[in-house]
Amino acid sequence: METRSRKPTRAPSIILAEFTSSHAVLHAAEKVHEAGYVRWDAHTPFPVHGMDRAMGLKDSRLGWIVISFALTGLTGAFVMMHWMNGIDYPTIVGDKPAGAPGTLPSMVPILFELTILLSAFGAVLGMFFLNRLPQHNHAVFESDRFRLASDDRFFISIEAEDPKFDVDVTRALLEEVHAHHVEVIEEDVS
Amino acid sequence: MAYWEPIRELDEQPLVEPGSKLREVTHDIASVSERPAPRGWWICFLIALTFTGIFTVCVAYLFYRGVGVWGNTSPVYWAWDITNFVWWVGIGHAGTLISAILFIFRQKWRTAINRFAEGMTIFAVICALIFPGIHVGRPWLLFYVFPLPNQMTLWPNFKSPLLWDVFAVGTYFTVSLLFWYTGLIPDLATLRDRSLTKWRQRIYGFFALGWRGSNRHWRHYERAYLILAAISTPLVLSVHSVVSMDFATSVIPGWHTTIFPPYFVAGAIFSGFAMVETVLLIARSVFNLKRVVLMRHLELMNKFLLLTSLLVGYAYAMEFFMAWYSGNQYEMAHFLVNRPTGPYWWAWVWMVVPNCVIPQLYWFKRMRTSIPVMFVVSIFINIGMWFERFVIIVSSLNRDFLPSSWGLFRPTIIDVGVFTGTIGVFFTLFLLFMRWLPMVSMTEVKGTMPQADPHYSPKGAHPEEEDEHDPLPIIDETPMPSTGGLVPEGAE
Repeated sequence: METRSRKPTRAPSIILAEFTSSHAVLHAAEKVHEAGYVRWDAHTPFPVHGMDRAMGLKDSRLGWIVISFALTGLTGAFVMMHWMNGIDYPTIVGDKPAGAPGTLPSMVPILFELTILLSAFGAVLGMFFLNRLPQHNHAVFESDRFRLASDDRFFISIEAEDPKFDVDVTRALLEEVHAHHVEVIEEDVS
Repeated sequence: MAYWEPIRELDEQPLVEPGSKLREVTHDIASVSERPAPRGWWICFLIALTFTGIFTVCVAYLFYRGVGVWGNTSPVYWAWDITNFVWWVGIGHAGTLISAILFIFRQKWRTAINRFAEGMTIFAVICALIFPGIHVGRPWLLFYVFPLPNQMTLWPNFKSPLLWDVFAVGTYFTVSLLFWYTGLIPDLATLRDRSLTKWRQRIYGFFALGWRGSNRHWRHYERAYLILAAISTPLVLSVHSVVSMDFATSVIPGWHTTIFPPYFVAGAIFSGFAMVETVLLIARSVFNLKRVVLMRHLELMNKFLLLTSLLVGYAYAMEFFMAWYSGNQYEMAHFLVNRPTGPYWWAWVWMVVPNCVIPQLYWFKRMRTSIPVMFVVSIFINIGMWFERFVIIVSSLNRDFLPSSWGLFRPTIIDVGVFTGTIGVFFTLFLLFMRWLPMVSMTEVKGTMPQADPHYSPKGAHPEEEDEHDPLPIIDETPMPSTGGLVPEGAE
């Protein structure tokens, strides 16, 4: 609060509109998308069915990240087992061959487990990467009302960096789609 | 018809009490960690902590004196340690089944219990991993099981099922932890946003990673959750299969059976559901979660217990049949003579009666919907499934091919202390989890409510107008800290 009284140049950084139902936020998202905004987002306490289409979002690319991790796990496991037991220190147990292809059947469990292990890391880390998480600092957190976005309220945020952004026009648009409350968040500009 | 509506033809009931509001769900679940702990929690916690203390003392003594302090002796070299390991790993399986397999089958009733069950998986696998860790005799050489370069330039033998087990259980633990944490992120954000003190906001905020419910995030998040569920499904089936191969690839009668992998998986799910139910019933009464964990959920779990009980009973019967059908004298001596009439006949009875006979009560709806009955039955199943592993391990080893080398296993006080101690460790971790983390997934419960459906309107048209008059209750009356997210001071 002290910093605010220093009165540096402040400019709107994001505009937040609050909605009270998933129906209202979905409808508003359709309108914002139609109006041609690109740097905006919807914030909901749970994923709202149909929101991706309303926002014009494409399918997640996460699957590609996961499959590349999975294949890495699979080949890594094979190379590890074949090199360790077959090449570097041939280990003959029960008169069975030391390395591949003779040991392939006994490799199956570990091939499988490491594929799964790496896929899981791929899914979680890939999701963090695509979402740019962790990111503890964001303009929406400046709003006190935004605390309800994880409870039972639904928000739409439009960033000032959007080429179509204009405080009055954007605010008017959000009020037109029955926003319960509209708030302009300002940040220091240096 | 909207997806949240119960299908009347199937006699379905709503998943959350009709008329519940989103905010009530948040409040019911999140406030558990915000109120002082109820007296019941403290009583349970102190008991659990006592057993954790017993565990610590027994393990310290074990490390000091060596594994000779256990009753393991020739010919029973594997006894309670591996029994406990298999029992704990099995318990974990229900958690993954509920969170992953039921998710893929879109069984929405799982939302009331999945977080819980996932937590149980993690704590059960921690308890399981303790046993291979402490049973090796020289625990400081445990790293030999990992493919690490060592002074003997020797690598682990990848043809050994015991090594497969290291990878299977290790992967299982890691994936369960990732799955659990991924599911927790949005709920941690809720706790962060509701926090009234700085330190709560900092700690929950740190682990919530700055989650802001963004739909651009939900898109990847939901996909990640789906993929994790999809890969956990074969994983959970593989883990106990690999555990069973520790036995099935040996030549001991009683272990050397091809039925083991599916038999172990069915048993694991059976015992895990029983443990989920035991813990859930305690939590439901201690923390008063009757609005979220409904009788309907408990009844469904009891039906599941009945089904898996029948599967386990089938496996027991099939072991008998195959022993006779094989015509192998060692198999027949083991299954038809030693198990039911040998020195451990009482353990065999404890295996058959609680696992196959008692759950038959659940054919009756009155039994399925009675809280005292299901609590007692779930305890019986937990005990019965422990005895199943005891029978498989100890009674198979105590009489092998040569009568001259037969012997008996008797547990020592340290055996008892370590085992009951891990139950204490499990409940200590579980009670801490219930106290400080949302034990029901708020996000997922809200997602199954009518309000989550964008086409839902309570009384006809214009739902948004109607909500205008909805007063902003509960949280707005409380003072709010100046920063919403985890924003460092002076960043404004």
